Amino acid sequence: MLTIKDLHASVEDKVILKGLNLTVKPGEVHAIMGPNGAGKSTLGYVLSGRDGYEVDSGKIEFDGRDMLGMEVDERAQAGLFLAFQYPVEIPGVSNMEFMKESVNAVRKERGEDPMTAAEFLKVAKAACQQVNLPLEFLKRGVNEGFSGGEKKRNEIMQMILLEPKLCILDESDSGLDIDALKVVANGVNSQRDGKRSFIVVTHYQRLLDFIEPDFVHILADGKIVKSGGPELAKEVEASGYAWLGEHQEASA
Amino acid sequence: MSEQIEQAIARKYDAGFISDIESDTFPVGLDEDVVRRISAMKNEPEWMLEWRLQAFRSWQKMKEPKWAHLGYTEIDYQSISYYSAPKSMKDKPKSLDEVDPELLRTYEKLGIPLHEQEMLAGVAVDAVFDSVSVVTTFRAKLEEAGVIFCPISEAIQKYPELVKKYIGSVVPRTDNFFAALNSAVFTDGSFVYIPKGVRCPMELSTYFRINELNTGQFERTLIIAEEGSYVSYLEGCTAPQRDENQLHAAVVELVALDDSEIKYSTVQNWYPGDENGKGGIYNFVTKRGVAEKNAKISWTQVETGSAITWKYPSCILRGDNSVGEFYSVALTRGRQQADTGTKMIHLGKNTTSTIISKGISAGNSSNAYRGLVKMGPNADGARNFTECDSLLIGDKCAAHTFPYIESSNPSAIVEHEATTSKVSDEQLFLCQQRGLDTEKAVSMIVNGFCKEVFKELPMEFAVEAGKLLEISLEGSVG
Ligand SMILES: Nc1ncnc2c1ncn2[C@@H]1O[C@H](COP(=O)(O)OP(=O)(O)OP(=O)(O)O)[C@@H](O)[C@H]1O
Ligand SMILES: [Mg+2]
Repeated sequence: MLTIKDLHASVEDKVILKGLNLTVKPGEVHAIMGPNGAGKSTLGYVLSGRDGYEVDSGKIEFDGRDMLGMEVDERAQAGLFLAFQYPVEIPGVSNMEFMKESVNAVRKERGEDPMTAAEFLKVAKAACQQVNLPLEFLKRGVNEGFSGGEKKRNEIMQMILLEPKLCILDESDSGLDIDALKVVANGVNSQRDGKRSFIVVTHYQRLLDFIEPDFVHILADGKIVKSGGPELAKEVEASGYAWLGEHQEASA
Repeated sequence: MSEQIEQAIARKYDAGFISDIESDTFPVGLDEDVVRRISAMKNEPEWMLEWRLQAFRSWQKMKEPKWAHLGYTEIDYQSISYYSAPKSMKDKPKSLDEVDPELLRTYEKLGIPLHEQEMLAGVAVDAVFDSVSVVTTFRAKLEEAGVIFCPISEAIQKYPELVKKYIGSVVPRTDNFFAALNSAVFTDGSFVYIPKGVRCPMELSTYFRINELNTGQFERTLIIAEEGSYVSYLEGCTAPQRDENQLHAAVVELVALDDSEIKYSTVQNWYPGDENGKGGIYNFVTKRGVAEKNAKISWTQVETGSAITWKYPSCILRGDNSVGEFYSVALTRGRQQADTGTKMIHLGKNTTSTIISKGISAGNSSNAYRGLVKMGPNADGARNFTECDSLLIGDKCAAHTFPYIESSNPSAIVEHEATTSKVSDEQLFLCQQRGLDTEKAVSMIVNGFCKEVFKELPMEFAVEAGKLLEISLEGSVG
């Protein structure tokens, strides 16, 4: 599904990713943890091709395609989805309108007919209910005046509607109350069909109680410094990242 | 990112074709004789000619205003032709079947299939091509309701008393340089009369198009809403793509008598010139309405075209409790310049006005809002609310806001809010990450910004306006 090889990337001439390797197979869930400023969000942006995030060297292959030459929208149409850590507002553009356009852009790429307004309304309502947002949220401006938790649920709703191949969730759990956390987790679990893959960026073990990962990676100072199973997340929860210092010295 | 946007907005003008229609066009130049000949072409009565001549004499003494935030090369009023008519108009068609098919095709290209409009939309259309009105559809149905909707040239013949009474009553002949010029040489335009207590059974609409080279278009619209009546009127405008600048100086007068309501919407898409500022329409328009007791006048405009726009649809709120509204979207790109806004003149008690202005600037364009809110000494309890938002796309464009407030009544309340924002990289990235290309993303964000204004347009035209914005922002990407 996704192969990242020795990825070096920088933002405004500041080197952030320093030789990152990661392989994600179809159907797998990978959790990425790591200290603030380690480069987790940067990884999501680099994978989605955001302007200003320069790949200095390395390779990214997604679904058999070299991603480096592809535009942001092309990658999205190819099935890459990023749930934002801080979703932005687009005033005046209704959620409904926005998602219908998005879904149809992706369908077009897949060679499918665009959905009619009526067809789309039906799936949108279902997705909205699934993330436990009142239906009026479909009419409201994209993230306009949404609470932090509502924004996160809105991201999951978009993910459900777009049916991507690979979902990157950047701290979709932070700022959520316990019920909302379950909603997000259930949203993700409902989309686990054995083929769709997930990269879940989180600071807390608690999300991983609900979304059980196949692998857990620790990203620090621009690379994956340790990988393991679900137990690694529990270690981090118990002892934090103090041990990283030693590790880095050891690997230096 | 901004480079992407730049490309996305460098688009071509879709209505820029030239129609191959034989026409009668006056040689360029303007003097009393030209005014007389226009009047003669239209078979006008003596009083109308006299009115024109007085306007012309005043105009000769007037100077072109220079206070607007606009820069353009001097207009040579002697190098313009003041009358052009498609040849086949000489024997004016009685119905659509008799209209020159080439002319009808022109309208179809513009997305106004008259036949279809006639049959489906229930919109009555008066189409003005260069200087003459081509055909007015749906007249029979309107006549039943007692509504008069016809070219103003025809109204001068058939309803001279009404025209005489109201023409120049809202915008006097000597009001300003361009209004005086229009009064002298106006060639056609629409006339609407809604009788007492009548709710006009359909939307009325006029399409204006300048086709001939070096012609000016000077149309004049007069709408009279008698007591307790209601009308919604829409005008749309386009012009072919030409390297030369073309002049458009229109006058619109609205008379809203007691308890009546006039809703006037404009979708203006005159040719804006190329990316270097060559060609394009100079649009100098005077639009004004007088609202009597409990009357309401609502101006909604979507301005995407013209090289230069100079336009301030205004309301004189003369009657107590009268209401004025101005909803505007002005989009400038390339080298376009717009100086537009409104004047709300509160004379009566408890008069209220609302101004919502959305300016969008892209490319190297300049977009200015200029608004006057005036509270007269008798305007007890009057209120105004103004919201003025600017959206910048890229970093080479400019937005300016010039709000003027004059209050001679301490009980009047004026509120003003202004914001300036940019299409942010974050917003664009979100849209693109969801699979939308840059063009689509920009047009969606811009449409969202304009929502408050679009919802004021009649339904079918709101869709059209949204599409127009999208086309206006369309470019070479993808
Ligand atoms: N546009 C930018 N300009 C300069 N530095 C940047 C920019 N974007 C990110 N950085 C820096 O890159 C580093 C990695 O940031 P990133 O957001 O990827 O961290 P993170 O691992 O997601 O942290 P957190 O857990 O706090 O979300 C940080 O030091 C950050 O300050
Ligand atoms: Mg982060």
